Amino acid sequence: MRELLANPVLVKEIKLRFRNMKSFTGLFFYLLVMGIFVFGFVYLTGSISGGGFFRPEESFILFTMLSFIQLGLILFITPGLTAGTISTEREKQTLNILLTTAQSSFQIIFGKLLSSIAFLLLLLLSGLPIYSMVFLYGGVSPGQMAVIFLFYFLTLLAIGSLGVMYSTVTRRTVVSMIATFSTMIFLTAVTGFFLILTVSLSSVAMGTGTSPLSYFWASINPAVVLMSLLEPSWNDEISRITGISLPLWVSYSFFYLLLFAGSLWLSVSKLRVNMNKYR
Amino acid sequence: MIEIKGLTKKYGSFYALKDLNLKIEEGTVFGFVGANGAGKSTTFSILATLLQPTAGEAWINGVSISQNPHEVRRQIGYMPDFFGVYDQLRAEEYLDFYGASYGLNPKQRMELIPKLLELVNLTNKRYDYVDLLSRGMKQRLCLARALIHNPSVLILDEPASGLDPRARVEMREILLELKAMGKTILISSHILPELAEMCDTLGVIDSGELIAHGSVQSIQEKLQNEKVIRVKIAGPLKVAVTFFENDPQVSRLTQIQDRQIVEFLYKGNDEDQLDLLRNAMATGLPILAFSEQETDLEDVFMEITKGAESL
Repeated sequence: MRELLANPVLVKEIKLRFRNMKSFTGLFFYLLVMGIFVFGFVYLTGSISGGGFFRPEESFILFTMLSFIQLGLILFITPGLTAGTISTEREKQTLNILLTTAQSSFQIIFGKLLSSIAFLLLLLLSGLPIYSMVFLYGGVSPGQMAVIFLFYFLTLLAIGSLGVMYSTVTRRTVVSMIATFSTMIFLTAVTGFFLILTVSLSSVAMGTGTSPLSYFWASINPAVVLMSLLEPSWNDEISRITGISLPLWVSYSFFYLLLFAGSLWLSVSKLRVNMNKYR
Repeated sequence: MIEIKGLTKKYGSFYALKDLNLKIEEGTVFGFVGANGAGKSTTFSILATLLQPTAGEAWINGVSISQNPHEVRRQIGYMPDFFGVYDQLRAEEYLDFYGASYGLNPKQRMELIPKLLELVNLTNKRYDYVDLLSRGMKQRLCLARALIHNPSVLILDEPASGLDPRARVEMREILLELKAMGKTILISSHILPELAEMCDTLGVIDSGELIAHGSVQSIQEKLQNEKVIRVKIAGPLKVAVTFFENDPQVSRLTQIQDRQIVEFLYKGNDEDQLDLLRNAMATGLPILAFSEQETDLEDVFMEITKGAESL
């Protein structure tokens, strides 16, 4: 593990990332959006109720909304941070030199991925004090929050590795960005649309039978899975509609871990694209 | 030592490199000359394990580039013809990163970096950002980078390209120093004279094929079968011009009127050349000087590549 973290690419990337003003402005705006939302919500709820108090049920609503906003930010920021990792090296003509060093393809890819993920983790952790506002009013357990953060971690690991993979197999950063964002849109919007479509077209809509295909679309959609983690009764409803009782998070974890491993493998094997046979 | 056997790189029906065979002895400097697109960079990319050959094999210090590319990377220091640098990284950090990439520990890196910066005359730029250095400085820093893991073989693809005359001289001095350190150096350029003075052997490549290989002198002798003869005449040039033009082995005769000189290309051997002078004297030509000119390496290169083009 120590050897993995002493990866020269990782050390260099982190150093460069934190010398860049963009990282700090990104962090600033991330916290600003979160802060405005939380304080705005607390203020508005207090004003509307008139008594200036905040009930635990409202705290849970805040937690739910905050979790969705954070998911949205992760899905939006991750492609931007990872889709240029290798292609930028290629465009800047630094990749060839890197490839002639003693570092293996895995070390290079892993270093690139980990440095991007480290920044995303920093974003998540820096948002914790804002999240803690929710604890102040009760309604959410720390265990539930840990589960949500594990879910975020798995999601950004998968989307991040997808970005690195596209960045490795495409020559230009723009193309890689478009491909990563498109995949991300597919995993969120398109799967959501298909979920609604399959449910509507199945006999479930008539009040009879089940729609097993809907389970697939639901299990790979981050928003649906997040909702099932926040509100476990969703799992029962999904189970009733699809006829599959396996919790959504199990299938989600399997699918996204597979996506992560597949993307990582493809990136490593395609990094030295002109040396197919070789390592 | 570098050994190359039947190295070929083909893109569709186009040969970027065709059946290259070479042996470069340990501690020698081999110059690879050829016009742009001749196949120099393709050869270097293959040797640097960046490109897979279509056929053939190469060994660096006995290590096969196809069987053990990871070990080959430890044996070589590679400097590409075009390269970029990272923004917001200081010269010291730049070398430190590559040192770490070759598995050197922090103590080794901190000992090596000042020495390398001194070797390439960049000691005073140690804390400067690399993207703000001049082109010549970047080239020298890249050379220092290629030396960080103390490789025995250096593969330098046009290290002096795009440099001003002063930077070229500085680069040449560094390379001569590396040669004195016993490094095996494979260097390319499209400017033949630039390489001739520092190389032990030269290879001329054109259209992916090695068309000449050997010492600078042997290449000149092998490839240039015409000598340049210069004759200084005491009287009018007209008679001399008529005499020399009548010789079937003379071509491309030119006159330098104000200096009373006639210059031409001569195909004959030394015996023929002696006969030509004897006959000229016998016909009463007032010859003040008759000499064979030192040929310009640039001309030889132009002639070689022109010959290959017409094949």
